[in-house]
Amino acid sequence: MKQVLFTIRENTPLTGDVCRMVLEGDTGAITAPGQFVNVQVPGFTLRRPISVCDWEKGKLTLVYKIVGGGTAKLEEMKPGERLDILTGLGNGFDTAKSGQKPLLIGGGVGTPPLYALCKKLLAEGKEPTALLGFRSEKEVILAEEFKALGAEVCIATEDGSVGTKGFVTAVMPRLTYSYLYACGPIPMLKAVDGAAQTSGQLSFEERMGCGFGVCMGCSWMTKNGSKRICTDGPVLEREELLWDA
Amino acid sequence: MGRLSVSLSGWELDNPIIPASGTFGYGKEFAELYDINCLGTFSFKGTTREARFGNPTPRIAECPAGLINSVGLQNPGVDHVLEVELPQMKAYFHKKVIANVGGFSVEDYVEACGKLSRSDQVGLLEVNISCPNVEHGGMTFGVSPEAAAEVTRAVKKVSSKPVYVKLSPNVTDIVPIAKACEEAGADGLSLINTLLGMRIDPRTRRPVIANRMGGYSGKGIFPVALRMVYQVYEAVSIPVIGMGGVSTAEDVIEMMLAGAAAVEVGSANLVDPWVCKHIIDDLPRVMDKYGMKELKDIIGGAHHG
Repeated sequence: MKQVLFTIRENTPLTGDVCRMVLEGDTGAITAPGQFVNVQVPGFTLRRPISVCDWEKGKLTLVYKIVGGGTAKLEEMKPGERLDILTGLGNGFDTAKSGQKPLLIGGGVGTPPLYALCKKLLAEGKEPTALLGFRSEKEVILAEEFKALGAEVCIATEDGSVGTKGFVTAVMPRLTYSYLYACGPIPMLKAVDGAAQTSGQLSFEERMGCGFGVCMGCSWMTKNGSKRICTDGPVLEREELLWDA
Repeated sequence: MGRLSVSLSGWELDNPIIPASGTFGYGKEFAELYDINCLGTFSFKGTTREARFGNPTPRIAECPAGLINSVGLQNPGVDHVLEVELPQMKAYFHKKVIANVGGFSVEDYVEACGKLSRSDQVGLLEVNISCPNVEHGGMTFGVSPEAAAEVTRAVKKVSSKPVYVKLSPNVTDIVPIAKACEEAGADGLSLINTLLGMRIDPRTRRPVIANRMGGYSGKGIFPVALRMVYQVYEAVSIPVIGMGGVSTAEDVIEMMLAGAAAVEVGSANLVDPWVCKHIIDDLPRVMDKYGMKELKDIIGGAHHG
C-alpha cells in the first residue's frame, strides 16, 4: 500500500451516471488486476474504494458510478485538481489458474476491474471472452474497449436493447470456458456462481472503514473462516463462498 | 525521558499517543507502513473470552465529520491472542501494549482479563464496558454505576496489571460512573467510546447499518469527548486517557489541557494510516507555539486559575 497524491488528467462521463477518471501519479503499488484504490474525496471522512480499471507506469484509470455524495463530488472535480489516494489495496485476480479460454463476466459497474484482467490474460497469450451485462444499451460501458484489446465480447441487457435479452446467466450456457472471473452486484454473482461450469474467482463489494485490513468493517464469513473483503479479498474463490452466511 | 513523555500508573510512555482499540488491529498492517515503536503504545483490538465474528454487514456508514461502525467486537478470542497475536507482535513492536477487553458477563471479563494480565507484553488492561454494538453486555455495564463498579472490582481481583475502565458517553451523566469505577479500585479511566448513532438510506428507506445502529466516532465527537474528559478529570484523582475525534497535535494538546494523561487516536487511523506518526512528529512544534516545555506539565491545565 502506498499513499499517493494523484493529479486528475481527465474526468468524463461514459453514461448518465458512470464516469472515467484518468489520473497521473505513482502506480508502483498496484500489482494485480482486480485490486482497488481508496480515494480521499474532499469534504468526506471515509475514503471511497474504487476498483482499478487500468494502470500503467504513472497513469491510473478509474471508472466509477455516482452512487452518493462522495462520488457526486468526485464527478465535479476538474483536470488539474489533486486527489489523495491509497493505492495497491486488495488481493486482485490470480491469472495463473485461468486456463486457455477464461470467461470474464461483468455486471454494470463491476465491469471495470475486468478490463485490466483481460489485458493481462491477453498478454499471457490466453483467449478471454468478456460477457458483460447491463440494464439497457444506454448503460453499456467499456464494450468497445474490450473489443479493441482483442477479446471476444458478448453483451446481455435486461431490456434486450442490445445483445441477448436477459441476464448474463442467459448467455453462459452457450459458452465454453476454462475458468471464470466475475465482478458485479451480489445477486448477479450468486446467479453466476450457480450457473458456473468451472472453478472461478469472484470480486465483491462491501462498505469499508479503512480498506487496509484493520477495522474489520468488511468481514465476510467463508468456508475458510472470516475474510476481510479489503485485504483477503475483494477477490474470493468460488469454492470458499458461503452465500447464506 | 523527553519532553513528550507521560506516565500511566507508573508506566513511562515516550509520548502520549496511543492508537485506539479497533482502529489498529494488532499493529501488523501499520508496522508495514512505519516503525510503530515511535508510538507511546497502542491498544489492541478488543478481545473477548471466546472468538467472535461480530455483526452482519454493512457495518460501516459515512457521517458528517465521522463514521458509524457496527463491527460488534469481531476478534479471535483471548487464547488465540495470547498464543498467536502477542508472540507475533514481538517481531515489530518492542514496547508493552494495552490489552483492550470486552465481555458479556462479569465472568467473561474476569476470564479474559486474568489471562491477559499474565502476559509480559501487556502494560495495562483497558476494560471496555461501553461497546454500543453488542447486546446483553458491552455498554449495559457502562451505563450504570453499580454494574461498572462490579466489573471493575471483579477484574481488579484477578489482574496483576493496572486496570483502566473504558467508559461510554451514552449516559445522562458520566461522572457518577467514573467515580464508581474509581471507588471500586480502577487504576485509571479511558474515555470516550463511540456515541450511539444511525443513518438511513432514503432510497431503500432502511437503516444503512445492518444492525440498524452503531457507534459514531471521528472529528465530530471531539467537543463531546473533550467535555467529558474535563468533567471526569475534576471528579476523580486517577489518570484519564482521553479519546474521541482526535486527529491533530492541536487536538492532543486540548485533550491534555482538559485532563488527559495520555491520548488515544481512533478513526483518524482508518483514513490516514500515518496520522499517529504525524501527530508525534508535529507535537514539539505545537508545544513551542504555545510555550509548553513538557507535555506532562499541561495535564489538566484548563482547570487551574
